[in-house]
Amino acid sequence: MTRVATDILVVGGGAAGLSAALAASARAKVTVVDDNPLLGGQIWRAEMGKFNSPAAKGLVDAVNSGEIRVINNAQVFAAAARNTLLAETAEGRSEIEFEKLIIATGARERFLPFPGWTLPNVFGVGGLQALVKGGVPVAGKRVVVAGTGPLLLAVADYLRSKRASVVAIAEQTSASRLGGFAASLFRSPSKLVQAAALRAGLRGVPYSTDCWVSSAHGEKALEQVELKRKGRTSTIDCDILACGFNLVPNVELAVPLGCEITDGCVVVDKFQKTSIANVFCAGEPTGVAGVDSSLVEGRIAGLAAAGDQDGARSLFAKRDRARRFGEALNRAFALRDELKALADDDTIVCRCEDVAYGRLTEFENFRDAKLQTRCGMGPCQGRICGAATEFLFGWKPGSVRPPIFPVKMENL
Amino acid sequence: MIDLRINKLAVSVEDGTTVAAAILAGGIGHFRSSTIGSPRGPLCGIGVCFECRVTIDGVKLQRSCNVQARDGMEVETDD
Ligand SMILES: Cc1cc2nc3c(=O)[nH]c(=O)nc-3n(C[C@H](O)[C@H](O)[C@H](O)COP(=O)(O)OP(=O)(O)OC[C@H]3O[C@@H](n4cnc5c(N)ncnc54)[C@H](O)[C@@H]3O)c2cc1C
Ligand code: FES
Repeated sequence: MTRVATDILVVGGGAAGLSAALAASARAKVTVVDDNPLLGGQIWRAEMGKFNSPAAKGLVDAVNSGEIRVINNAQVFAAAARNTLLAETAEGRSEIEFEKLIIATGARERFLPFPGWTLPNVFGVGGLQALVKGGVPVAGKRVVVAGTGPLLLAVADYLRSKRASVVAIAEQTSASRLGGFAASLFRSPSKLVQAAALRAGLRGVPYSTDCWVSSAHGEKALEQVELKRKGRTSTIDCDILACGFNLVPNVELAVPLGCEITDGCVVVDKFQKTSIANVFCAGEPTGVAGVDSSLVEGRIAGLAAAGDQDGARSLFAKRDRARRFGEALNRAFALRDELKALADDDTIVCRCEDVAYGRLTEFENFRDAKLQTRCGMGPCQGRICGAATEFLFGWKPGSVRPPIFPVKMENL
Repeated sequence: MIDLRINKLAVSVEDGTTVAAAILAGGIGHFRSSTIGSPRGPLCGIGVCFECRVTIDGVKLQRSCNVQARDGMEVETDD
């Protein structure tokens, strides 16, 4: 077992955590803990150990080269006391004592069940990108990208750069909502340029709005998907389906610490402080709003936690703008009700425990379903099925109890 | 290059490759069998869904998407 003591502990080494750590490091001893082999988080996940984005490389290098202590491959799984978190590393258990904590644990994708979604080679959208960055070859593979949000375009563009053949992009939102969102981009020119660049990169790929996956087929792995659009169904042969329906904040660490949560997000004040006095939160756990929002929230949290209230205050306007963009994004890509009807009675919803949709319709809430069917009791602890049943049935996801990730017995 | 074995077969991958990527690159999509025996492979790619679990160097239930391949590693799928 190892013991570390620090002034400020940052959990999560993505955009929010990195900018928080850097901002706090001018005045305090800072430690960053992240469960990946390298820093960067989701958007800046390294590709084969290298950072392609100059912004990512700049921030990661700055954090790695300063006085900041970086602990990679360490998953925080519980709190031992008010001021101590426990993490599991390859070497065993690590106890990290802090004065102040900044939670920057990011988000995960929401997946919705439809017939065939458990077949091998059906991945998340960001999930496939992460796997390709880890070395999965996609050259020459036929890929359907489906679901919702700007991530579909970003990932389709990325896959094309890896010589995949993107055969269709199916966006569930309507053309009119999307149009309204595109118009709102005129207020942030840098985003407009990004959007235009993506469109140019994807010339020739059929992009449909009002379109979603209704089923996936194959013997042992995926062979075909069915897409639905305006009452018509079309079948497309493909090797890979990348499918995701927005993001879900990772609040599993904030909950057992006692932080107030509303609508699945950690509640923070202007200084990114949670309802618990020495705990701050930045980036996607406070609500999904894109990388610019994560960066500025991280800086505010870092400055405020280190006692630079004036520095933090100077960034409020920038943060509020970034958050408004996030709200526009969430409205534009809100999920349509038709997606609630994709699963058949025998479609698996809880993948860990193999609980089917029909079984779940017998219950009123997640808790009862969990007690009777084991839904949400597998190793993911409901992170996947909880986000699905929240949308399908309006169920409040069950709370994840520490250890928030499975750990080896000897490290508990 | 990194040399490892997947289901006893020798495989070489580039530095920085994850174990999940090494398995998929070898044409294996079936990482584990679910409780009812249905074949499963990676979904989230970021360590939250647990569908990519395999045995690495004798240790069961490792999330292969979060682990980098290393020389001499022994990986078993569907174990
Ligand atoms: C799979 C995926 C791919 C994405 N790809 C893109 C993209 O290409 N472009 C884009 O604009 N947006 C992308 N996004 C959205 C993206 O999340 C944000 O733009 C940005 O990464 C948010 O930064 P963040 O710091 O708030 O969170 P993240 O970048 O998610 O950083 C959080 C970090 O905390 C770590 N962590 C969480 N819990 C623990 C714990 N208990 N112990 C230790 N470490 C922990 C995570 O592993 C992660 O490294 C993606 C999202 C996902 C889920
Ligand atoms: S693919 Fe989800 S945990 Fe590895």
